[in-house]
Amino acid sequence: MSGTYLGMPAFPAAAASSTQDARLRGNLRHATHTIRDKRAKAVAELDDWARLRAAGAAVKDRTLRHLDHYLEQLEESVTAAGGQVHWAADAAEANAIVARLVRETGEREVVKVKSMATQETGLNRALAEAGISAYETDLAELIVQLGDDLPSHILVPAIHRNRGEIRDIFREQMARWGRPAPDDLSDAPAALAEAARLHLREKFLTAKVGISGANFMVADTGTLVVVESEGNGRMCLTLPETLISVVGIEKVVPTWQDLEIFLQLLPRSSTAERMNPYTSMWTGTTDGDGPRTFHLVLLDNGRTDTLADTVGRQALRCIRCSACLNVCPVYERAGGHAYGSAYPGPIGAILTPQLRGTASELDASLPYASSLCGACYEVCPVAIDIPEVLVHLRERVVQGGRVTRRGVKTVLKPAKGHAAERAAMRAAGFAFDHPGALRAGQRLAARTRRLHPRRLPGPGRAWTDTRDLPPVPAESFRDWWRRTRGEERAK
Amino acid sequence: MSSRDVVLARVRRALADVPRGEGYEDVPVPRDYLRVHGSRTPEERVALLAERLAEYRALVHHCAEDEVHMLVMRLLAEHGTQHVLVPPGLDPSWMAAADPVRIHDRAASTARELDAVGSVVTGCAVAIAETGTIVLDGSPDQGRRRISLVPDHHICVVRVPDQVVDSVPEALERLDPVRPLTWISGPSATSDIELDRVEGVHGPRKLEVVLLSE
Repeated sequence: MSGTYLGMPAFPAAAASSTQDARLRGNLRHATHTIRDKRAKAVAELDDWARLRAAGAAVKDRTLRHLDHYLEQLEESVTAAGGQVHWAADAAEANAIVARLVRETGEREVVKVKSMATQETGLNRALAEAGISAYETDLAELIVQLGDDLPSHILVPAIHRNRGEIRDIFREQMARWGRPAPDDLSDAPAALAEAARLHLREKFLTAKVGISGANFMVADTGTLVVVESEGNGRMCLTLPETLISVVGIEKVVPTWQDLEIFLQLLPRSSTAERMNPYTSMWTGTTDGDGPRTFHLVLLDNGRTDTLADTVGRQALRCIRCSACLNVCPVYERAGGHAYGSAYPGPIGAILTPQLRGTASELDASLPYASSLCGACYEVCPVAIDIPEVLVHLRERVVQGGRVTRRGVKTVLKPAKGHAAERAAMRAAGFAFDHPGALRAGQRLAARTRRLHPRRLPGPGRAWTDTRDLPPVPAESFRDWWRRTRGEERAK
Repeated sequence: MSSRDVVLARVRRALADVPRGEGYEDVPVPRDYLRVHGSRTPEERVALLAERLAEYRALVHHCAEDEVHMLVMRLLAEHGTQHVLVPPGLDPSWMAAADPVRIHDRAASTARELDAVGSVVTGCAVAIAETGTIVLDGSPDQGRRRISLVPDHHICVVRVPDQVVDSVPEALERLDPVRPLTWISGPSATSDIELDRVEGVHGPRKLEVVLLSE
């Protein structure tokens, strides 16, 4: 790992290697099955779950259909409460705004609350280039940062690491960033959490600038909401003098009352708890309590392009709970890194190619990173029809069509790789229509079976890029039938 | 053109399919979900709060008005607290028997000073039975957000049944969004390592909730 998603291979290639990693698959299987079972119980406790889900989806749809209105209202409320609002059209602009705001404080170090938005924009790297050290303070994000690694899950970013690996990372890397790990550090989770507590407390008590995302922003009151478990969020949100929150424009909800829906949907869907240990809500600044300066950076970075697609728009309802990852058979086997983005799993497969476009081979491959089993739609607390959007995006990749990129309407050409797959399918169709050719081909294949690769060369490559080639049997069914007339079984 | 104008213009172009006359209230939001899950007497509500808090490994104590000072004293002694933080508006009778040195949170107090304190005693704004949650809103008996965060031991006194509501919707109704709010469900916890739950990472590792009958 090099700590960046840039230049990662397309999903099929990445998944082909990650699915061979038995330890990763073991870690993932344990984790996803544990959370999904707990989640089902937590959800079953509320007999109005279906109605809450419908209300959550409807509130998000209302917000999205009138996003300009709610963003202006939010800006007004935050400003009236003493905050300063900044707008960023893309990742580079958001990073530049944050770097400037940090520099203006005269500080060179910041503490960070786990944030999908700043992961998406690559903020830490941009800050490092500006001479600013950003410390991740969520335990899992700390593990990822110390290991120069990438998050692989929305909720549990270090889900791919087991306790032994975490102990090794702490022992080898903590000293480089601050207080070293104790010499006798064991791999017990309690000991590892204690090491993180001691390591990070120094940072919390001296940090002058905190950086966060937000789970929700309330338009009519200007309130921001962060849900978390460890208290690192509370530390970053209340101890520094300056707080900078980078939040995607789709995170706005219209009213204070709407929080009653999402504060029931989110914890149960994500950590399978009735409520997460800590929820912080702040409105601008408060005299004598918390940061004296509050900046809100509203991030577009492809969200308006997603909004322009009337089918794909629903992906912006996402509240980042990660329930879809935990039920996905593809995620469970491939792991989060194969998706090459801050957003892995089913939601990543529809969100990433919309936020970034489908120009790169990786992004064009993501709508295919699914078996279309529909489990992700079933668990989604805001009823995003992920399979519908996947099929819609596959169509766009194969056939091209009208899209909006960076706010400009444009016509997309069909993706190249798929021409080869169509050719292969035509060849297969010919063979099935011509039994003689098929028989000859099968016999040839059987005799050469020891020489077969796992991947096909030539035009068949597109097909085996996403599938292992099945082993060819020594004798075809037709030949076996001709030889025995089924007698072996019929006896 | 500022980025604000760029983003808002993009939003408006992206929403070309939304009919011109449609107001945001024209998009229906069904609110037929339940305000409360089940119906309870005030006693049952308090019992459910205690049960749910305990499930999150908060330590729950019941007591009457005239015993609270003795209970607080005992809890502080059991934790071995030398210095206890007290928000400015805390009912002084609660601390009447407490031995530890009382530290008052002042604007000038640094986070490092707070770090040297063993325990904190606060009141609360509202408690939610269904989710096992206490909410602090920075009122004078609760103090600044940092004081219930930095010390390792938090004693929170909830007046029952007055301060207890059934559900999240009922709690939001009672709260003022202008105040900084902290919702607490059990002590600080993490499940980031192989999903093994560990109590206590950065916030208080020990949360004791005193259910004070009026």
